Amino acid sequence: MKIGIPKEMHRGEKRVATTPEAAAQIIQLGFTVSIESGAGLGANISDEAYQAVGVEIVNDIKLLWDQSDIMLKVRAPEWRPNPNRNELNLFREGQTIISFIWPAQNEELMQTLAAKNTTVLAMDSVPRMSRAQKMDALSSMANIAGYRAIVEAAQHFGRFFTGQITAAGKIPPAKVLVIGAGVAGLAAIGAAKGMGAIVRAFDTRPEVKEQIESMDAEFLMLDFKEEGSGVGGYAKTMSPEFIAAEMALFAEQAKEVDIIVTTALIPGKPAPKLITAEMVQSMKAGSVIVDLAAEQGGNCELTEKDKVVVAHSVTIIGYTNLPSRLANQSSQLYATNLRHLLTELCPNKDGILNVNMDDEVIRGATVIKEGKITWPPPPPKLSAAPAAKPAAVAETTAKAPVKPSVIKQLLPLIIAGLALFSIGSVAPESFMTHFTVFVLACFVGYQVIWNVSPSLHTPLMSVTNAISGIIVIGAIVQVSSPTVGLLAGLATLIASINIAGGFLVTRRMLDMFRK
Amino acid sequence: MSHSLTTMSYIIAAILFILSLSGLSNQETSRRGNYYGMAGMAIAIIATALSGTVTAYAILIIAVLIGGSIGAMLASKVAMTQMPELVAIMHSLVGMAAVLVGFANFMDSSSGLAGAEKTIHEIEIYIGILIGAITFSGSVIAFCKLSEKISGKPLLLPARHWFNLLLLVAVFVLGAQFLQQTEGGGGNLPMLFLDHSGALPLLIMTVIGLTFGVHMVMAIGGADMPVVVSMLNSYSGWAAAATGFMLSNDLLIVTGALVGSSGAILSYIMCRAMNRNFISVIAGGFGTASGGAAAVIEGEVQPIDADETAQLLLAAKNIMIIPGYGMAVAQAQHTVYEITKFLREKGKKVRFGIHPVAGRMPGHMNVLLAEAKVPYDIVFEMEEINEDFANVDVSIVIGANDIVNPSALDDPNSPIAGMPVLECWHGKTTIVLKRSMASGYAGVGNPLFVLENTRMLFGDANATMQAVLKALKG
Repeated sequence: MKIGIPKEMHRGEKRVATTPEAAAQIIQLGFTVSIESGAGLGANISDEAYQAVGVEIVNDIKLLWDQSDIMLKVRAPEWRPNPNRNELNLFREGQTIISFIWPAQNEELMQTLAAKNTTVLAMDSVPRMSRAQKMDALSSMANIAGYRAIVEAAQHFGRFFTGQITAAGKIPPAKVLVIGAGVAGLAAIGAAKGMGAIVRAFDTRPEVKEQIESMDAEFLMLDFKEEGSGVGGYAKTMSPEFIAAEMALFAEQAKEVDIIVTTALIPGKPAPKLITAEMVQSMKAGSVIVDLAAEQGGNCELTEKDKVVVAHSVTIIGYTNLPSRLANQSSQLYATNLRHLLTELCPNKDGILNVNMDDEVIRGATVIKEGKITWPPPPPKLSAAPAAKPAAVAETTAKAPVKPSVIKQLLPLIIAGLALFSIGSVAPESFMTHFTVFVLACFVGYQVIWNVSPSLHTPLMSVTNAISGIIVIGAIVQVSSPTVGLLAGLATLIASINIAGGFLVTRRMLDMFRK
Repeated sequence: MSHSLTTMSYIIAAILFILSLSGLSNQETSRRGNYYGMAGMAIAIIATALSGTVTAYAILIIAVLIGGSIGAMLASKVAMTQMPELVAIMHSLVGMAAVLVGFANFMDSSSGLAGAEKTIHEIEIYIGILIGAITFSGSVIAFCKLSEKISGKPLLLPARHWFNLLLLVAVFVLGAQFLQQTEGGGGNLPMLFLDHSGALPLLIMTVIGLTFGVHMVMAIGGADMPVVVSMLNSYSGWAAAATGFMLSNDLLIVTGALVGSSGAILSYIMCRAMNRNFISVIAGGFGTASGGAAAVIEGEVQPIDADETAQLLLAAKNIMIIPGYGMAVAQAQHTVYEITKFLREKGKKVRFGIHPVAGRMPGHMNVLLAEAKVPYDIVFEMEEINEDFANVDVSIVIGANDIVNPSALDDPNSPIAGMPVLECWHGKTTIVLKRSMASGYAGVGNPLFVLENTRMLFGDANATMQAVLKALKG
């Protein structure tokens, strides 16, 4: 089947849906790949680079669209007044498109595509499962957005990120607050940490605390019990009390930090307003807010989509095309995500697309199948958060047999006691003196052995081996007997092997242990 | 040498043995401890030889010289990976010596005891030979299993518990007969079938003891070998103690009790490390316990190659290496140390995490690493480092499976449920070296392999480690 890649037409969009590396692997799957001339220029990829791996360069967008069975894009197809580049008009019956679609926000687009009898796979609808991670374009784009957010903040922030003590005076490190520690938030934490800032982070989902701390950032605790994890590892809307407590925390932090990066999104809803105008006003002059939720209305009240505004001497960045601002990197990752999805769609490597709706990943990504809208998919079964319930069950079942009954505990003691007394009642005195020695020696042994370092357990075994060769003296006392001398001599020989072997091998081993 | 002087020598020897064992509490004093043991042994042997009961010095000296030189040769030749085999075969020697001494004592009618003392003496002989026989044959089988002369798979006879019970009953019945027959006088082996000296029941019992030892160890699987080896260690001690009772020799009793309790504690530690009951290990047949079906592991493993592994290692700061029996089999410890040395020179924090039952005997991994010159202060026990995995960038699991299996903690139906394991999955990345996708000794699948932060490096442990080393240097 033929795959076509048009140049992205959205203003400011520099990404491209495939790179030469990914294209080469797609061709190996049995597809033929064509690309619109100049499609990769925004990401610094020349037509020649594509040609070198066997991709056909097509100048006429209409021709490209007509000849291709599968279109790969970054942005969802758009209406444009320009008739030559009106993507929705270019579609022909039965075509397949794979790109970002956002079906919840673009109902009209969905209807139009369904009417054209197309099959549509939405990269934004790939379910969040471990198996689908390699196709998760949202994560790879969010990663880039988080990194770029810090770069943008640094651009507009008038000071160093890292603290320094110089001859010209002391420079305090910048303080960065990251709200929402999803993929983008964690990437922002990493980038800010890498530049030397003090980073704090907040998230409603308690399970990300470890991740935040693993990146060396400080997790801001909210003294409030409410679980913020929703289905699929995303956050959910919190109760009003929780939000009030959260806002108080932000208000307090706003006075202190220099840079705020907000990434709070709830799937299918407008972004929650977390930074109010008053908070912005309370921030130090020259501070920067990067609002990664600008597309969905922004986490900050004063955010303007796609713009940089200055309010109360605070710069508020509302870019929605942060991944596109690192076009080469994001094209590479996006192309790899697409390539993995194509590999799943083409299990036989024969260049034929097989939209297998029994596969959970493909089912989730397919939003229109041959003109029928199949979105939303049935809810995913797995959450990125650890399942709390089964673990609790496991704990109780595991604990149950630990409690043995009192009788069971005491029984061996009673038996041992009875046995000892019955021995004592018949045994002669000479035996009892030996028995005393024996019992005391057992206790000494018990005390001594518990102190042995576990790393020396093998030398312990070999030295006890040597010591148990002490049985040799039992043989020695009999060796002079005329009847059993030979037997005792043999026993002596065997025990001597033990003694010499045991001690010498222990010495050899202990000599190897060194600091 | 007077009797009191001999006794005094024995007391000194006993104290030296205790000091010897307590010296093993850490590496600094361990070498001195070993010398104490040698001194104790020398004093004990010399005191006994000079005690006046010994006249046949020729036999004695020849036997000691031959035995000693065989032992010294074994000690200097054995490879550290073969330590479990050596220890097992030495246990069998103690068992055999106990049997021989027991028979010698039985046939030597000069004890001159009577009444209850005599009965107790006969019981002591009987028990001493029984324990010795079990130790001997069990250790021989353990040796064969460890050196792979016979399969490590548990041999499960039908109705094996009944068989064991039958043997036990037979031992009691024969014991009663033995005591009855010895009432008449001392034993006389050559007259075996003619008189009723008790020799026949004693011999049959010896055979039963040997059978029991074979059967017991045959039924135990390879992964339970650390328990078996330490248990046999314990038996060899009890055999010596029983001999001590038989000969009324306190030094033998004390030493036997020391060794016996040492082995018993080691067995206990090993059982605890596997969260298994001692009885169930001895009863054998690991993995046959029924229960709910263990969760089926689904997912895709993510392979990695040596170059990528080297990249990951170079990017990491905090590295943990978890060796298992596979490292010993592949003899990879030297290559592992080369990698460790290289990474440490690069300023990385490299540590080793040792599970108590890694390998085939207690402390086996420590000895292998020590042999490869890994400094012991970067080798840690499971309890010491398990909390620390969150700070680890890369964990390398070499030839281990069950000791890093998360289902031990979260799947109550897993056959290894409740066993403490090294929780390497809390680290950032885990690289698992494995020959192929087979389950471990316990026959348990491992969900670790399909976790998203796990990468699988397939192939022979030594060959792959060498490739990684090359990639690191190149």
